[in-house]
Amino acid sequence: MATETRQAAQETPPAHVSFRGVQKTYDGENLIVRNLDLDIRRGEFITLLGPSGSGKTTCLMMLAGFETPTAGEIRLGDCVINRLPPHKRNIGMVFQNYALFPNMTVRENLRFPLSVRKFSAAEIDAKVKRALEMVQLGGFENRRPAQLSGGQQQRVALARALVFEPQLVLMDEPLGALDKQLREHMQLEIKHIHQTLGITFVFVTHDQGEALTMSDRIAVFNHGVIQQIDVPEVLYEKPANAFVASFIGENNALSGRIDSRTGDIVSVLLPDGNRIAVSAGDAGGPGSDTLVSIRPERVRLARERAPRDNLLRATVLEHIYLGDHVRLRMQVAGCDNFTMKTPISRLDRCPAAGEHVDLALAPEHLLALAA
Amino acid sequence: MTALCETADAPIAPRALKRRLRHAERRRNLLFAALIGPLAFFVLASFIVPIASLLGKSIDNPEVHGNLPQTLALLEDWSGDALPDDATFASLAHELTQAAGTPAVANIAKRLNREQPGTRTLVMRTARGLPLPEGTPAREGLIQLDARWGETQTWHLLRNAGGAFTGFYLLSAVDRTVDADGNIVASPPEEAVYLDVLKRTFVMSIVVTAVCLLLGFPLAYLMATLPARHANLLMILVLLPFWTSVLVRVAAWIVLLQNEGLINQLLMWTGVTEAPVQMLFNRFGVYVAMVHILLPFMVLPLYSVMKGIPPAYLRAAVSLGCPPLRSFWRVYFPLTLPGIGAGALLVFILCMGYYITPALLGGPNDQMISYFIAFYTNQTVNWGMASALSVVLLAATLVLYGFYVRYLGTPNTDAR
Repeated sequence: MATETRQAAQETPPAHVSFRGVQKTYDGENLIVRNLDLDIRRGEFITLLGPSGSGKTTCLMMLAGFETPTAGEIRLGDCVINRLPPHKRNIGMVFQNYALFPNMTVRENLRFPLSVRKFSAAEIDAKVKRALEMVQLGGFENRRPAQLSGGQQQRVALARALVFEPQLVLMDEPLGALDKQLREHMQLEIKHIHQTLGITFVFVTHDQGEALTMSDRIAVFNHGVIQQIDVPEVLYEKPANAFVASFIGENNALSGRIDSRTGDIVSVLLPDGNRIAVSAGDAGGPGSDTLVSIRPERVRLARERAPRDNLLRATVLEHIYLGDHVRLRMQVAGCDNFTMKTPISRLDRCPAAGEHVDLALAPEHLLALAA
Repeated sequence: MTALCETADAPIAPRALKRRLRHAERRRNLLFAALIGPLAFFVLASFIVPIASLLGKSIDNPEVHGNLPQTLALLEDWSGDALPDDATFASLAHELTQAAGTPAVANIAKRLNREQPGTRTLVMRTARGLPLPEGTPAREGLIQLDARWGETQTWHLLRNAGGAFTGFYLLSAVDRTVDADGNIVASPPEEAVYLDVLKRTFVMSIVVTAVCLLLGFPLAYLMATLPARHANLLMILVLLPFWTSVLVRVAAWIVLLQNEGLINQLLMWTGVTEAPVQMLFNRFGVYVAMVHILLPFMVLPLYSVMKGIPPAYLRAAVSLGCPPLRSFWRVYFPLTLPGIGAGALLVFILCMGYYITPALLGGPNDQMISYFIAFYTNQTVNWGMASALSVVLLAATLVLYGFYVRYLGTPNTDAR
């Protein structure tokens, strides 16, 4: 929420889509979306990320026109589209289970949006051909959806959403039904298509890896509120709050209390009596409870002659070998689920379970977030 | 890979493998047989055998064939140009004498009368006059009893009616008959009623099916889109008439539709009409009651098909720029075709065999083919005609079913 002002400060090309004070409730009691303000830039790939029930899909449906906002307004370009019926919005949409028409062939599916728009037969054929080539499905025109694999259906759905050349494409967890390998492949392919076409993509997912891979910007939703909206790197390295820190990527959280603050660095008192210097996140002033967050790959074993500040004593509980890297689960300052992740090449000697080690934690990688 | 397989499979000859498979599956097959055995027996004994024997009656022709075997054998060699020889006359006199006083005579008379009205008296009078007085030659004696024995036409009639099987009933059921020269010609107008009845049966079934579809489709759609709680309530309302006896429902319609009934009273009270509207004992009443009874058969298949169509299809069509009504027509409706086909077929076939509702609520011109089947079995005990009409009904139904499988059964399997 607070990040919105920071975004606006950078550069402000006219927003392609903007939500202003949008609220949505289904039962008149609980707000699924509370006071949403969101600007989507023209040509960007934005992902709405969040756990189920966080309001991200509702936002997408309001943008598509299948739900009407209870309050606030949604603009597409210069027009308020709150009351515009979905078929007049000219927005491409890829559905969760593709929603390819089973009684039509691939060609007929792709022709559908074009025939509605009264293109000439020659134009339709050319556009269908181009769209199918874009998703590498040339030659599949006469198949029915049931005769295609999940990945191929996904491509057809994408082609159908793009074939009428909309300026905005919405995707509602389109990769959820694919297996992992195919999903990763499709992520890159969709990203490349976005780069080629340069149109605006709004992507909804609950998979943070997917969001990080594909997006220009990610809006993290929880309880109907955007927790943070930023580029993937910032989202990962500088989460705005504890929810974002824990939802995106793996995260270690040590609870403690803020002792004092100097500039952007706070001193945190951990339950075991240790004090560490931590970058100030959204944590409050001295005396307030905090969660100190650090990514597992930022945890280092202290070298023999390292400076003795910001060291934490840890007991190795478990050692997990994963081929390219090793994970160590250990007990640190009362938390016995503290993980460290390190490439094998960086490890001189692998500590065994039960061994005591010192961890060197750099203040710039530690973040004090409000508990 | 292949080499490996060959060496591994080499000791087992294909035939031995098949035998082993059969052996291994025998237990399971026996179990299956035991599970469906009772039902198969029940269906065979209570359904297939009686129906087959009844259908057989439509070409069965025992009356003359069974009672005058010797005469018919002699008539086989008869040229047909002149009267038969004396031996044939004698044989007929003998066999009729033996049959006299038994129901056989009446059966022969009835059977011949169907071919040629008026022949009943010929047989009955002859039988009463038999045996011929001692010493009278059979030929003169018979002609004396009834002059018609002196006409070749009478003997042709006897020979034609004497086959073990006859197409007479089946032809009659489609308003056809065989003339004296053995050609199939249209029945005389006063007997040609069955094609009209068949046509009427078809028309009424089509109307009822169409009305059921028009009423059932929106209802099924509503049920498929409503939340489960409301849909279940609607479902109970749809099924309610199902749980009531047909007779009770028909009686209820009589109460509602009669001239002094609720509906007429309401119409007159609101001033829509001055005098009561005749709604009973005509086509209207039959349609109302039949649609009421058959509606669930349309709604249930439609509902089950619609329930399986994800709402995302309609949304997808709309998101692609197609207005909602057109989306419904172009995307949703084609997907409901299997349900429409199944429901329409079910209703139509049930309609074709409807008897009790038209019989109780309709006038004389609203009776369907089943009414005549019942008429022939219950009133005139003409099994041949009743069976022949049943055959026509069954054939029409099977042809229709064939069409369904051919033209509507395939898209469904295609989609899968």
